Amino acid sequence: MNMIEAINSAMDIMLERDPATVVMGEDVGYFGGVFRATAGLQKKHGKTRVFDTPINECGIIGVAVGMGAYGLRPVPEIQFADYIYPGLDQLVSEAARLRYRSANDFICPMTVRTPFGGGIFGGQTHSQSPESIMTHICGVKTVIPSNPYDAKGLLIAAIEDNDPVVFLEPKRIYNGPFSGYYDRPVEPWSKHDASAVPEGYYRIDLGKAATVRAGEAVTVLAYGTMVHVAKTIIDEIGIDAEILDLRTLLPLDIEAIETSVKKTGRCLIIHEATRTSGFGAELAALVQERCFYHLEAPVERVTGFDTPYPHSLEWAYFPGPVRIATALTKILKD
Amino acid sequence: MPETPPKASLRRPAGNLPPLSLHIPEPRYRPGDTPDFGDIEVPAVDATPRPGEATKPDAMRELCYGLVRVLDFDGVAKGPWNPKLSPERLRMMLRTMMLVRAFDDRMFRAQRQGKTSFYMKCTGEEATSVASTMAIDRSDMCFPSYRQQGILITRDYPLIQMMNQIYSNRGDHLMGRQLPIMYSAPEYGFFSVSGNLATQYPQAVGWAMASASKGDSRIATVWCGEGSSAEGDFHSALTFATVYNAPVIFNVVNNQWAISSFSGFAGSERTTFAARAVGYGIAGLRVDGNDPLAVYAATQWAADRARTNNGPTLIEHFTYRSEGHSTSDDPNAYRPADEATAWPFGDPIARLAQHLELLGEWDADRHQAQAKDLEGIVKTTQKQSEKLGILGHGMHQPFETMFQDVFEEMPWHLKEQCDQMLAEREAKFGPDWKPE
Ligand SMILES: Cc1ncc(C[n+]2csc(CCOP(=O)(O)OP(=O)(O)O)c2C)c(N)n1
Repeated sequence: MNMIEAINSAMDIMLERDPATVVMGEDVGYFGGVFRATAGLQKKHGKTRVFDTPINECGIIGVAVGMGAYGLRPVPEIQFADYIYPGLDQLVSEAARLRYRSANDFICPMTVRTPFGGGIFGGQTHSQSPESIMTHICGVKTVIPSNPYDAKGLLIAAIEDNDPVVFLEPKRIYNGPFSGYYDRPVEPWSKHDASAVPEGYYRIDLGKAATVRAGEAVTVLAYGTMVHVAKTIIDEIGIDAEILDLRTLLPLDIEAIETSVKKTGRCLIIHEATRTSGFGAELAALVQERCFYHLEAPVERVTGFDTPYPHSLEWAYFPGPVRIATALTKILKD
Repeated sequence: MPETPPKASLRRPAGNLPPLSLHIPEPRYRPGDTPDFGDIEVPAVDATPRPGEATKPDAMRELCYGLVRVLDFDGVAKGPWNPKLSPERLRMMLRTMMLVRAFDDRMFRAQRQGKTSFYMKCTGEEATSVASTMAIDRSDMCFPSYRQQGILITRDYPLIQMMNQIYSNRGDHLMGRQLPIMYSAPEYGFFSVSGNLATQYPQAVGWAMASASKGDSRIATVWCGEGSSAEGDFHSALTFATVYNAPVIFNVVNNQWAISSFSGFAGSERTTFAARAVGYGIAGLRVDGNDPLAVYAATQWAADRARTNNGPTLIEHFTYRSEGHSTSDDPNAYRPADEATAWPFGDPIARLAQHLELLGEWDADRHQAQAKDLEGIVKTTQKQSEKLGILGHGMHQPFETMFQDVFEEMPWHLKEQCDQMLAEREAKFGPDWKPE
């Protein structure tokens, strides 16, 4: 399966297993979503369980809060992560706080799925990475898969979770992992181990990182598209790096991070989002707080630049091979 | 799985109350069906009265449910809304709509040839921007969505600048930063297009409020699709407009489809989009959007109303999106391929041409010659634009422009990042590489 098929399969299984599950969003019903993630689900599970919504993200998330209050398990799609902002009040002030403010009287078991990230010439409103905005809200879990196998298992766990989860899907790798070299042909998922996705139910617990590559020289923390870019560069220049795919940003697998950084003594953080107040800042602070006496070099960040995502210069913006290699060289220097 | 159901999920009451059911809208036709719109109500051309421009909104509510028309289906102009334009003006209107279509066809093809990333046509909807822009003053401010290229073309914005933007090339005045078609042209009264739907709606109201507060005479106009009228911004705009009696014209281009979602998902099963005006105490007009003269007349009415401090108007343009949403979708996956031809209101260009012919001011030969002429103009301009580059072929804006205009003055962190980016370019392209 590619990533779209895996995500589709997770929703299909949850619609089948739990009559409380509903899937909704702009163009997700008959058409099956602009990225085809919900293709066939309406036909199979019926129009009242998989349906189109008005173009109103505030309504989509607010309605999902109300459905959750009734006892449903809504899985709303926001067509692009860039369009989650009109719904942010419902997410930040309502969904995220419902359990706390009502002392468990009401909960919000919703999973907001949304494609994010650049590398598809989408310009500034189809390319953003808003994960640090999500992790900054208290009361929302933030999940980012990097391959089909994880996407399915994590999405099932997210839907089963009784708290609101924002499930960010790296759209650049929907159809195949991305090396970071825009000028090379794209490899399909079928050539990758993680495309072997079981047909049936399985879950990957939220809050657990995965070791993509074990190593001794440096710990690389990444998620989503950047896991593949990092791996390509590290293999190319032959560094014995340990790559952790965080998979869940919140709650974070701090144990895995601590263990790895204490072992290697060096840490490089990679994300595509803008740098300032990005999730990398949080990771760098945590590593510094918990591993300071094991560090042999300052923690480094490789990120997107602090500008809106430019249309034509997207590859100069993207944290690609040169930026990563430069940072690795610097961190390994002494 | 939750071990216990949430506390709030109360048990159903006992008894024999009928079960509720959830309504999910469904368009009338899907791929494979034979579309038939024979039952769409088409009021007679002279059936819709034209109230005075100062009429109170609650005295003209029926206009929200009727249809302002001027051209009948034989091409005859009649009724109280006939704007009685001169043949020269009519020919100008026809030429502009034909130019928009020629431009769309050419740029759509350019995208298909891999010369850019994206394009959006407005085929079948040309009147809703061209006729409407002709009916306001050049100095009035337009807040467009992404489907109003007709405004720029009506106001003689250089085609080459539009193409440069579409190609994100060296001549692009937006520095290659924006997705194709998201133009910006302040000297032409055209606000910067956003990718986020309906955000321009309250902004237009703010511009109109500012104009009013300064005792200016200019008004604002704004467009969005019927799908986008579901966004909160739309309703925020109407609230502010009615509270401050803002001199603004709201256009809702009801082209029946929002990507794959039919207008029912924005509420059309229950009422019209013009009738959104009723609850806000705003004047509303529902117009045959494929009738350029009706669009012109309704806009002129609304502009006069706004300019005489009689407040905002909401105009629903009832039209049809003849082609796909954009270069990214295949409309045949969600609607019958021949739905556009079954649409009962015809094509705005054909209808205006027919009218001019009836008047003895136009003929098939002139039409063909003009189409060819416009195609030639577009083609020549395209060649000139492509000399300045197409997307992905290196002839883009200098790299460092990426960091400009985030702020008026560049803070230290952007300067550092700019240096870093230039060093990366050199590392990638070698020591001979020079920033342009
Ligand atoms: C806030 C926001 N949500 C979603 C989208 C994605 N989107 C782009 S166009 C579109 C459909 C708009 O339809 P409509 O308003 O009817 O205008 P039309 O395209 O028919 O002219 C959608 C859902 C967006 N651009 N912005």
